[in-house]
Amino acid sequence: MSLIVRNASVDLGARRVVDDVSITLEAGEIVALLGPNGAGKTSLMRACLGLLPLTGGDVSLQGVDPRRLSARLRALRAAYLPQRPQAVWPVSVASLVALGRFAHGAAPDRLSPRDQAAVDAALEACGLSDLRDRRMDHISGGEKARAHLARALAQQAPILVLDEPSAGLDPAQALGMAHILRARAASGGAVLFSTHDVALAAGIADRVVLMRSGRVMAAGAAEQALTPDALAAAYGRSGRLTRVDGGYAAVFTA
Amino acid sequence: MSGAWRTFLLLALLSVAALAASLWLGPVALSDPFSADAATRTIVWEVRLPRALTAWLVGAALGLSGAALQGLLRNPLADAGVLGLSGFAALGAVIAFAFGVSFLAPTMAIVFALIASALVTALAWAARGPASLALIGVGLSSFAGGLIALALNLAPNPGALADLVNWTLGSVEGRSLNDAAIVGVALGVGGALIFFAARGLQALGLGEEAAAAIGANVNRTRLLVVLGAAACAGGATAVAGVIGFVGVAAPHLVRALSGHDPARLLWPSAMAGGALLALADVGVRLLPTDTELKLGVAAALIGGPLFAFIAARLAARGGEA
Repeated sequence: MSLIVRNASVDLGARRVVDDVSITLEAGEIVALLGPNGAGKTSLMRACLGLLPLTGGDVSLQGVDPRRLSARLRALRAAYLPQRPQAVWPVSVASLVALGRFAHGAAPDRLSPRDQAAVDAALEACGLSDLRDRRMDHISGGEKARAHLARALAQQAPILVLDEPSAGLDPAQALGMAHILRARAASGGAVLFSTHDVALAAGIADRVVLMRSGRVMAAGAAEQALTPDALAAAYGRSGRLTRVDGGYAAVFTA
Repeated sequence: MSGAWRTFLLLALLSVAALAASLWLGPVALSDPFSADAATRTIVWEVRLPRALTAWLVGAALGLSGAALQGLLRNPLADAGVLGLSGFAALGAVIAFAFGVSFLAPTMAIVFALIASALVTALAWAARGPASLALIGVGLSSFAGGLIALALNLAPNPGALADLVNWTLGSVEGRSLNDAAIVGVALGVGGALIFFAARGLQALGLGEEAAAAIGANVNRTRLLVVLGAAACAGGATAVAGVIGFVGVAAPHLVRALSGHDPARLLWPSAMAGGALLALADVGVRLLPTDTELKLGVAAALIGGPLFAFIAARLAARGGEA
């Protein structure tokens, strides 16, 4: 098992943002976290990586409590894409992606052939090969999002934790991102990602976890878990997930 | 030839030119600085060379600490002067001078720079945007200024006051090889600490949490830079007084040559800072003023507007470097 979260609770200040949550993630599997803003998705993911302390329960990252691992050993097990990834300095796309090799001991300007191959593969997978020498402040929002995803892929960690990787992507790019995640899972990777796109989650995730106010409202295969009742309970609006042309559509009404 | 070599050669040439100019040029015109007559030898080797070396090393220490602080705080306006490290270092040195323990001045300057460095990092860590960081620096600098005034006010020997005030203005006039050695050692120690933080600074370009997530030890990086920048700024200030803006200007110039990667800015910023300050020192010696213009005053006159210009450009881009 790649990731096991048992009865985890997280407090931010006086507020309980994750409340008694249990989830699992296996190698080769994609799990999507769904839920309204403030449901606790980001806090849960950060706790999974040991970036936030737990108030209760425990997390096991490939059998080890992530809080007991050094930053480097943690990074070799799990790659993380934050919700609003930053590139403070306008370095080149390739340099940014090369930072994914940090835990492997590489500096962006001194890559071993193995590091270089990982960077090239990540750039290729995200369709950025032609933009590798462009500066981060000279590319579009969607290209920036893909560059940060490529940075996480280049880390080549067995577990990928992505906070809203499809935010800011157009529908075609979101599908492209979905293909990348599927390919990662097909080659044995474990992927946990959050999204507000219910249909996208249903389309690519093996299982979904629907949260609200820090608690799990429903979990399981998308069609079983995302019932109108569960969607209404989570989002406060009546919603329905339907199959359309081999994919899914999610419709919410007042 | 790779970009790094080109940058190195250019900055090395500029540094050598600045050092050569400072041996040749000055209030006393010399036709041949390498002539064997006694007066020339004294002027060149006992006055101008130590002064030029001190200027270069002080500039290098300030340029390096500026580049490291900018990487740590993810802000191109960070600099030992702007953030109050130099002011605190001057306070430490002033206390040592005013209370008759001048041999402790370098140590006191470094210790006080360390206090300021730790304070500003703690306060500025969570602050986003150039404005808030500059404001924290303004607060610390003003506080240091007030404390310097207090130390002068309470100094047991009022006769030395004028000298002390003069000293805080920043200058390398009349400095010896011994002074150059003090900055040199501080730069060596600070540079070694900062060198080990270089990769961490690259990682911090992703933000604090993402840096930790790619495997960087953020606390270690922060500690190394806080100590290294304090050693550099403290050593520079102990010898030359407060000289501001070199730490802003040097990395700013180097970015045009070697890009924005914070690790690759470090040693070029040191060389550029050294060359800038050595050239500026030649400049103040050649100005036809009755009293020599203080280097710190000249740096503020040139650096202040440059700082405002960079800040305005940053603000126009919404705070992005």
